[in-house]
Amino acid sequence: MTVSIEEKASFEFKGRMLMATVLYLKDLDSRSLHQQISQRLEDAAQWLLDAPVVVDVAHPEEASQVELLTAVDTLRGLGVNLVALARHPELDDQVAAMLGLGSINLANGRDVARSEPPARTGNSKSAPAAAEDTLVVEQPVRSGQQVYARGDLIVLAPVSTGAELLAEGNIHIYNTLRGRALAGVRGNEAARIFCQDLDAELVSIAGHYRVAEDLPDAYRRKPVQMSLDGDAMCFADLMGKS
Amino acid sequence: MTKIVVVTSGKGGVGKTTTSAALATGLAMRGHKTTVIDFDVGLRNLDLIMGCERRVVYDLVNVINGDANLKQGLIKDKRVENLFILPASQTRDKDALTQEGVEKVLNGLRDMEMEYVICDSPAGIEKGALMAAYFADEAIVVTNPEVSSVRDSDRILGILSSKTRKAEQGEGDIPARLLLTRYSPERVDRGEMLSVGDVQEILAVDLLGVIPESQAVLNASNSGAPVILDLESDAGLAYADAVARFIGEERPHRFLTAAKKGLFGRLFGG
Ligand SMILES: Nc1ncnc2c1ncn2[C@@H]1O[C@H](COP(=O)(O)OP(=O)(O)OP(=O)(O)O)[C@@H](O)[C@H]1O
Ligand SMILES: [Mg+2]
Repeated sequence: MTVSIEEKASFEFKGRMLMATVLYLKDLDSRSLHQQISQRLEDAAQWLLDAPVVVDVAHPEEASQVELLTAVDTLRGLGVNLVALARHPELDDQVAAMLGLGSINLANGRDVARSEPPARTGNSKSAPAAAEDTLVVEQPVRSGQQVYARGDLIVLAPVSTGAELLAEGNIHIYNTLRGRALAGVRGNEAARIFCQDLDAELVSIAGHYRVAEDLPDAYRRKPVQMSLDGDAMCFADLMGKS
Repeated sequence: MTKIVVVTSGKGGVGKTTTSAALATGLAMRGHKTTVIDFDVGLRNLDLIMGCERRVVYDLVNVINGDANLKQGLIKDKRVENLFILPASQTRDKDALTQEGVEKVLNGLRDMEMEYVICDSPAGIEKGALMAAYFADEAIVVTNPEVSSVRDSDRILGILSSKTRKAEQGEGDIPARLLLTRYSPERVDRGEMLSVGDVQEILAVDLLGVIPESQAVLNASNSGAPVILDLESDAGLAYADAVARFIGEERPHRFLTAAKKGLFGRLFGG
């Protein structure tokens, strides 16, 4: 990325992306919310506490401001790091401000805003060698779908343009990557991306990214591994030096 | 057993209605009792393609709202036995399509022992499209050999894998197959269109058929007779093949390569 910076610039845009988790509230009953979220936190979902969280409500047309306020209070009380409220035409623009939250447009993200893989995919049982948090996806990941792995992510099928892979660890794609792959999304700079056929829209490791246009031509449509060296994304032949 | 099939695409104008009409007619011609439903509330079209627009009294929304019963809403085709059409309404808005309402209509068709119900989906990924797909047992994704259409089909395939009743009930993906329409081998050769192979590679689903770009389709819609009734035409034959494959017969794919010049043409460079 080339950004021309004026002399003595008092700010700078960093080529970093911020990953946020979307918490999709199917109902706003604060008691069951409290109970279920604290349960999840006990079950080692501690990551919920440091990840920035965007709250989205399933039925904005039915959500009263009071219900929203108590739900948000409940979440804050549990230590969830709320940063924004997903925008909806049904929600008054003032609501997010009233809740002390930013406002974010998730576009048509109803099915994007899910940190679970498409129902049919998660299949870590059939992968004997996989570590506990490894997620193995055997079905194509389609445009508009998002797959999130707490550890490594292994994909055996094509990843379409408009699809997004996110992993706290490494990402392996034994097929064509046409969408986005973001490894080390919680800051692990040692994470890598391994890909059989690189045709990506974007690749990112620990927030350092390259868009399609900036991918080195020598590695396009080739088997590639990507890693981070300081701030720089490194590309290498997947099969080692040849 | 009634099989509910959604014909969908994401992108508009790719040939869903043409395909729904051909598929329903083709199945009925083979003796299967079939209904084709137009889910494109507000932009009805299927009745024109089926040539029954002058016999429409009630529509899908009337039946859902109980203004008419199912038997009153169904139009019996005049050319082919076993074929029924349930048109969309031109005037109402999409909110009339409720899940319960659609389910009621489909259950009514089950009671009538329909073998196939073909749901002609509207374009997009809004309510009408979701309703057309929700109860489906199987999907046909109609795609044109161009990048934007392929991408929208990919998106629809993803939505189908999570937004059908079967998916919600944990029965997994419904089977989805690709129908590539408006295929022009000449334009593929000139690099102006994606090839069947390209599209299949990107979408990674089974291929139900390839329908060539054909004047016969236009003629058919002008005369209100589904193109599959025109078995002299390439598109009619390609649809007949697709119907055969749909019910499990094996057919080689045709019309995939540009028409070769005849022997003389080749010898003399004509
Ligand atoms: N194989 C074909 N050859 C030539 N023209 C075709 C072919 N298939 C469809 N068309 C033409 O493309 C146009 C759109 O077809 P159709 O109405 O079936 O698409 P659709 O996907 O149902 O559109 P919508 O999204 O608006 O419902 C029509 O004018 C039709 O005649
Ligand atoms: Mg149509």
